[in-house]
Amino acid sequence: MPHNRMKALGSRAGGILLLLCLHMLVLLAAHSIAAELPALTGRVVDNAGIIDTETERALTAKLEAFETRSSDQIVIATIDSLEGEAIESYANRLFRAWGLGQAGEDNGILLLVTVADRRMRIEVGYGLEGTLTDLHSKLIIENTMVPAFRAGDFAGGISEAVDDIIMVLEGNAAELEARAKRNQESESALPLPVILFLILWGTFFFGGMAMSLLAPIFGRKIGPGRYEWLGMTIVVGGSGRPRRRNSGWSRHGGFSGGGGFSRGGGFSGGGGSSGGGGASGSW
Amino acid sequence: MQSLCRAPARHSRAPAALLFLLLVLPFLSGCGFNTIPTQEEQAKAAWSEVLNQYQRRADLIPNLVETVKGYAQQEREVLQSVVEARAKATQVQVSVDSLADPEKFRAFQESQAELSGALGRLLAVVENYPDLKSSQNFLALQAQLEGTENRIAVARRDYIEAVRVYNTSLRTFPTMLWAKFWFTDAKPFETFTIPAEKMDTPKVDFG
Repeated sequence: MPHNRMKALGSRAGGILLLLCLHMLVLLAAHSIAAELPALTGRVVDNAGIIDTETERALTAKLEAFETRSSDQIVIATIDSLEGEAIESYANRLFRAWGLGQAGEDNGILLLVTVADRRMRIEVGYGLEGTLTDLHSKLIIENTMVPAFRAGDFAGGISEAVDDIIMVLEGNAAELEARAKRNQESESALPLPVILFLILWGTFFFGGMAMSLLAPIFGRKIGPGRYEWLGMTIVVGGSGRPRRRNSGWSRHGGFSGGGGFSRGGGFSGGGGSSGGGGASGSW
Repeated sequence: MQSLCRAPARHSRAPAALLFLLLVLPFLSGCGFNTIPTQEEQAKAAWSEVLNQYQRRADLIPNLVETVKGYAQQEREVLQSVVEARAKATQVQVSVDSLADPEKFRAFQESQAELSGALGRLLAVVENYPDLKSSQNFLALQAQLEGTENRIAVARRDYIEAVRVYNTSLRTFPTMLWAKFWFTDAKPFETFTIPAEKMDTPKVDFG
């Protein structure tokens, strides 16, 4: 049958297209994995092992408290070696891979230390470039980190640098509060009109379908294709689409959109990005 | 679908056609109709960021020149070359509408490279003036200049990536079909290249 063959051909073309799409997805994924970057295991990713457990715990608590206060995400990363890459480009790649800062605010900061290269960098997200300027970053590196690092006190240098960063970010108190407020609002619940729209849409969309399916099962048959259920007369027509006679059933169905998203136990970046702001230094 | 088509007995055809269009619309974007304009706009936005960062560098230079002048008046030649290179670089601009023009793009790239070279010479000269090097004003400018150079690098990388994606979809199936039959004015964009003389391995001579 030619009709059947056409259909088969069509489905095969569809299959090929689907395969192509899958192939592209795989390529994309491969492209993004190509460079090996450390995993974001917490606010302090000490892969070089230069921060003692006590300091690490204190830093994590401090950074967590700061994020709840301001929504700014500060993450500390230490690695052994850059393996020939420039620290600027590595820091930028790492920042973007981790997505530090809230999406849309880009208020993340990455403090990166590479031990073998004896280099450090403060990479600042787009949203904080105006608050923690390149000069601030440079001063923190040169005046706080470098002396401590030269004395061999990595943990001390890093935690003092974090104090400095927080101090600079808090110096702009009004902006800090405004940003925290903005992100609290966006994280809490969907706005009321959206919820109402979703409920209405859900009712229309699923209501009719549910009625035509459920009425024959639960309802009382009162004629050919006519059922009575929940006080309504429902006609399930030849086209398979129900027609309602009575109204007043739109009370059930629909979903509620409250709740909002809560971040589980683990820590993850909020989806921010960086354009290479900040400063680097070496000791 | 069949029930939709039988409906016209009572309704006019318009709602059915509208519904059909609404149903088909997502598929249209699914088969790549939106891809080319979207990627073109992304590449243009990435280019704007490149221009933005180059402009930022150009804005820093007058201050830098003034500061260096205060300590190293005798380096008139180097300072003059920076000022001239800056003037030239700010004149050569590539707007988002002429990104497909190789001549303009090459001129832009060359003028900016010239400015980078002049700045590099200036910063090398500064090494001879310890007072200047340790002055607060110069340190601040240096931090900003470094930051800007790094932002330029990031913006250039983003632009190169955006152009790669856009140019690829102009040449690959299935988006290529849209480019051929619908977006006929979409041309591949130019991107940054490394000039041939910079590709030579640097010679190290300890004399």
